[in-house]
Parts: sequence; C-alpha cells; structure tokens
Amino acid sequence: MDLGYTPEEQAFRDDVRGWLATNLSARLSTKVRRAQRLTKADYDEWHALLRMRGWMAWHWPVEHGGTGWTPVQKHIFEEEMVAAGAPRIIPFGVNMLGPVLLKFGTEAQKDRYLPRILSGEDWWAQGYSEPGAGSDLASLKTRAVRDGDHYIVNGQKTWTTLGHFANKFFCLVRTDPEAPKRQQGISFLLMDMDSPGIEIRPIYTLEGEHEINEVFLTDVRVPVENLVGPENDGWTVAKYLLTYERTGIAGVAYSKQALAGLKKVARDQREGGRPLDEDPHFAARMARLEIDLMAMEIFNLRVVAAAGAGSAPGVESSLLKIKGTQVRQEATDLLRRAVGPYAAPDLPEAFDEGWNGEAPGPDYALPLARSYFNMRKTSIYGGSNEIQRNIVAKHLLGF
Amino acid sequence: MDFNLSEERQMLKDTAGRFLREQYPIDKRHEFARGEDGFSRAMWAEFGDLGLIGALMPPEVGGYGGTGEDIALVFEELGRGLVVEPFLASGVLAASPLIDSGDAGTLAGVIAGTGALAFAHGEPEGRYGLSHVASRAEQGTDGWRLTGRKAMVLNGSAADCLIVSARLSGEVTDQGGLGLFRVDPAQSGVTRRSYAVIDGAAAAEITLDGATGIPIGTPGEAFPMIERAIGRGVLAVCAEALGAMEVAKDLTVEYLKTRVQFGQPIGANQVLQHRMVDLLIEIEQVRSCVMLAASTLDADRATRERHLSAAKHLVGRVGRQVAEEAIQMHGGIAMTWEATVPHYAKRIVMIDHLFGDTDYHLDRFIRFSREAS
Repeated sequence: MDLGYTPEEQAFRDDVRGWLATNLSARLSTKVRRAQRLTKADYDEWHALLRMRGWMAWHWPVEHGGTGWTPVQKHIFEEEMVAAGAPRIIPFGVNMLGPVLLKFGTEAQKDRYLPRILSGEDWWAQGYSEPGAGSDLASLKTRAVRDGDHYIVNGQKTWTTLGHFANKFFCLVRTDPEAPKRQQGISFLLMDMDSPGIEIRPIYTLEGEHEINEVFLTDVRVPVENLVGPENDGWTVAKYLLTYERTGIAGVAYSKQALAGLKKVARDQREGGRPLDEDPHFAARMARLEIDLMAMEIFNLRVVAAAGAGSAPGVESSLLKIKGTQVRQEATDLLRRAVGPYAAPDLPEAFDEGWNGEAPGPDYALPLARSYFNMRKTSIYGGSNEIQRNIVAKHLLGF
Repeated sequence: MDFNLSEERQMLKDTAGRFLREQYPIDKRHEFARGEDGFSRAMWAEFGDLGLIGALMPPEVGGYGGTGEDIALVFEELGRGLVVEPFLASGVLAASPLIDSGDAGTLAGVIAGTGALAFAHGEPEGRYGLSHVASRAEQGTDGWRLTGRKAMVLNGSAADCLIVSARLSGEVTDQGGLGLFRVDPAQSGVTRRSYAVIDGAAAAEITLDGATGIPIGTPGEAFPMIERAIGRGVLAVCAEALGAMEVAKDLTVEYLKTRVQFGQPIGANQVLQHRMVDLLIEIEQVRSCVMLAASTLDADRATRERHLSAAKHLVGRVGRQVAEEAIQMHGGIAMTWEATVPHYAKRIVMIDHLFGDTDYHLDRFIRFSREAS
C-alpha cells in the first residue's frame, strides 16, 4: 500500500501548477477569490487559454482533441485549478454533451458539434428538470411531436444554469406518451437557443443573483437530425450524461480550499481576547471538519484509483456525493459562523469586478453568508442526496 | 402551574397575528426591506397604533406590558410575519436603558411608532463580547464627548436617537467603567454608514468623533443596564426565531403534502416524515425553553442569564437544523428568491449571529450554571 502520488503524478501536478501560475490572470483569480460575478467574457477568456494548452476537453480521448488523462490526473488537475483560484470549466458542453455525442452521436453530429464545443463557438445549456419533474425526472412532460423532418416541441424546462450565456440547448422531451414505462418514450434533442418559440427567463436565487433560468418552449421546430441516440431511448442517453455530472461531485478540492480559508479566518478573528482557533468549541468544530475531509479525500482517491484500474464507479459516486456535499456545506457553515456579527452585512455591489469600496467588517467576511446559503444547492442538484440514498439503498437492500 | 396566556395577551397575540397575515404579505416585506430605511415608516406607525410597540414597555414609561412574556409573545408574531420594522433595535435594545432610567419622554415617540432608536454597543473587534467597549467617553467643560467606532448597529442609519456605550475607565473588556449615553446622530461628530443585511432590514457602522452625549444613569456603572438590554434582545430574537421556525415548518409540511413526485406526495416517503417529526420535537423544545427564559426575565441574575443562554444556545442549534431541513425538503424551489421559505431560513440562521452564537451561549450557560450552584 502506498497512499502517495507516483513521481509521474507529482511531475504532472508541478506542470499544471506551473502553467496556472503563468497563465491564470490575477484579474480572474482575484474575481474568483472574492466570489465576484463572472461574465461570459471571463469564462470565454479562461476556456480559450485552456484550449490553447489542450486542456479544455480534459475528459475526452486524445483522438478527439482531449487529454486522455487518467482519473488520478483529472483529480490532480481539478485540485490545482481550484487551489489557484481558476474559474470553473463550464461543464455543459465539454463535460456533459461532449461525452454523450462521443458515445451516442452520429458521425455528422460529432463532426458538427465537437469542434464547436472545443473552440468555444457553442455554449451549451441543459434542459432536464421541469417544474413538475425534479427528483422524478422521468415524469417530464415537455412534448415533441414529429412533423415531417421536424419535431414540434412544447413545454417548460427549469434550473437551466447560465442558460442566458448559451446559444445551444440540449433537452429531454417526451416523444411517446403511450410508452408502457415512463422512462421509455423520452428522447434527447439538440436545439438552437435562438429558435423561434424559445423564451428564456431568469430565476433569481435566494441571495438575489441571476445564475439559473427557466426555458419556455412553444411550437419550437427542431430538425430530426438533432435527435441524439434512438428516438424514445433518450433516458439511456440522459443517464449516461448524469454519470458524467457526478464525477468530481465530492468537491474535495473545494472543501480543501474552504478549510484552508477557514483556518486563516479563525486565526484572524478574536473571541474573548484570543484567536478564534483557540476557542475550544470552534477548534473542535474545525477539527471534526478536517478529519471528515481527510477521510473523504482518501475515500475519493480510492474510487478514483479504482476507476483508473478500469472498474466503473457504482454506488461509490452516490456515497461520495452525499459525504462531499455534507463536508462542503459544513465548511461554509463554519466560515459564516467564524466572522460573527460581520456575516450579516450584504453588499451586492461588492461582487462586481473592480469594486474598491470598504467592507463594513473584514473583506473576507463579505461573501460568507451568501456562500453558505448558496451551497445549500449542492445537496439538492445533480440528484438530491435523498435520491442518492435511494440509489444506494436499492443496491444494498434490493427493495 | 398555568401555561396559558391571559385573556388580554391572547387578544394582543390574535390582533398581531391577524394584522400581519392580512397587511404584511412577503412581497410587501421585501419592498420595505429594500427601501431607504430598511423598513416602512408608515407600517411602523401602524404597529404603534396597534399597541404592538407599547406592549414591549411597562406602564411606568407609558407602555402596556414589558414583561418577558409580552416580549416573547410580540416577537413570536413578528417572527411569523418576518417583520423588518425596528422592534428589536428601538423597542427592545435601545428602549431597555430608557425603561431602566424611566425616560418616558423619549419612549413616547417609540411607542407611537413615530420615533426610531438604535443601540450602538457592538464594536468592530468586539464580536459578541458583552463588555467589549473601546470607545471612550470623556467629560469636558461642555459635557460628555464620545469617540470610537460602533459595528453592525441595527437600524443605525434611520434612528433619530442613538443609545451609545462608551468607556470612562478600565481595560477594553472590563465590566466596570462603562457608560451609556443618548446621542443625537444629526451632529457633526457622528458619521453613519448604512448597509443592508442578508436577512432583510438595515444596519450601520457608526463613527463617533468627539460627539456629545447625555449620560443615562450613573456614568461608569452602565454594565448591568447593557447586560439587561442584550438579555431582553436575546429573549426577543429567540421568540422571533421560534415564530419563524413555526412558519418554516408549516410551509414544509404543506409542501410535503402537495408536491408530487414518483406518483405520490413526497411526504409519503417515510424518511421525510421522520425528519419532519424530528423538527417538530426540536421546535417544541425551543418553545419550552423560550417560555422558561421569558418567565424568568425578572429573576435574579444567575437564573435569568442562565435561562437566556440556554434558549439562545438551543435556538442556534435547532435553528440551523430547521432552516437547512426546510430548504432541503423543499428542494430546488427553496433556492429561489421567489419562494417564501428561504427568507425564513435566512432570518433563522442569521439570528445566530446576533448577541452570541450557539457556542458562545453554551459557554455562558456553563459559567452561569457554576455561579448558580
């Protein structure tokens, strides 16, 4: 047994770290560290840099312009990206649709869309959930009716993250409402966001930000060649995509960064005349978090290593998602808690680039309450933690 | 033993509840919170007319209540309504030393809902420390002059009178040597910087630069008055959290009964049923502890403070559970501004950041328990 990284993996880490140090601009990393709003231009700038280095399609095989990295390399890459304060790679095109097209797409679809994902020409958004179909995704109602060479699509999608930046939309629709099982009769369609009949409306989050959207589809005409996989077999495609959404969902890198930040804050804050990290209650809370995180990092690496050895992750990804979100949420709870009364001031303008006003308390306090509330989403999205438990329980108990 | 409210108090509770349900819908509440003052002055005056502010004060200063029971009753209703008007800042914190010193004149405007006060006590480095006061008070030939900085002053910007703590002598955290002063915020020695807080309403950083102040009580001996003000505030926010938790729970129960997934209401899932029951148990615990703290608000110091800290500790612990579970059981919809439940969740969680969090009060409970035994 050797829980350390190999010299090759260590060298890879150094390479990634070195590249980030030279190429990630201070402007972008400052915005990320201050939790400021990233614009489409910010993401485009970052994606372009990664593309030049050949790291944009980090999940793709080499022959399609990907990296061909091992799971351990992907893990290291992710960790270094977060630690450096890099913007996240928007996953909808490159990490979700890309692998789907590689597996289910026609040659024409691959030729048309993969290069445009890689070049950044297309920004994809996801249309899975509906107001009535959340955890129970298979109950989706958006209807597509065949009309000659087109489908006519009517319905409503929701939680479309950064849909307002997108020019393309992949979407689950019902093509056969009479199918004996609900999972049958669903198809996977690609659309242009500017198709007549598509209307996108912002959803404001609980902290007042615009990140997600709802998408209304009224008599939208979609060419039949935009069908991915067989008609009525979109559920298979959808499930494959969701397994991609789940890799890395433990968010170890994010939790490690949060813990490092927490330690700095707890050293700087004072409680009863001493640093907060010397307060026995708070020190115990931090230590419990650190122990959970240490264990989870190894847990995550065990799953990553097994995937590298060729075994497909099964229920482990559900277990990691649950524990990962618990740990990350606990970290944001402690960060909020650490700054005491100064968690409360809310300055929306402080999250715009170039804001150089004065925070009421310490600068680092500004995003902490927002981040705590925003991170509640992690145990809800990507298959809620309740759904993950159902998956594991079914595997475990057979009921 | 009688756990029931008197007839008068039941009427007050019913009146407040009905008024808030009919006149204080959540979209209006958001509008008030986003206004210049962080609340609606018209609504504040209506609350005055209704007697809800006066219920927080004893008859000696022109009020109609003022006991722990009154404070708890009013604030539970305010919590249910998610009210942003400055009941806490004006009617409890700043009012407390004025009640103690019998200043009926200043309180008349507050009771009527025409005046608003703020209690400028916390400081940037002070966190939750009750006696952490670095601001200085010096007596000159023309009276008292105050210098220092006050942090997270609730309603600090809209107040027409500030009640300010400052130190005459001693070290920064000494309980001795403190004074409380009435300060006119319109004078040149006072600078206020207002901002919104994440759970609604507004607060301010206040800088005092040789501001003139009129002492309340005996300068140098203000600590008991400060502790009393914060103690009343602790009771108020505990009761407010209780009301907010009740609503968060009710909204969640309703959602579990009506949201259909997999062909049945999600509340048909036993795991959610059990989690809901756990919330119910914990909220009953909070209600009980708030009743205990309310009934001993005028007891000896050790009993009073021990019960207040017990309640605040429990509110912090249970509040987080209720807020997080309410969001989780609602799912994605609770992450949206448009939904009602996240605004309750925000208030419940942020109450843990007022007057000491759950750890702070656990510690304080232990200290007062030792003293009492």
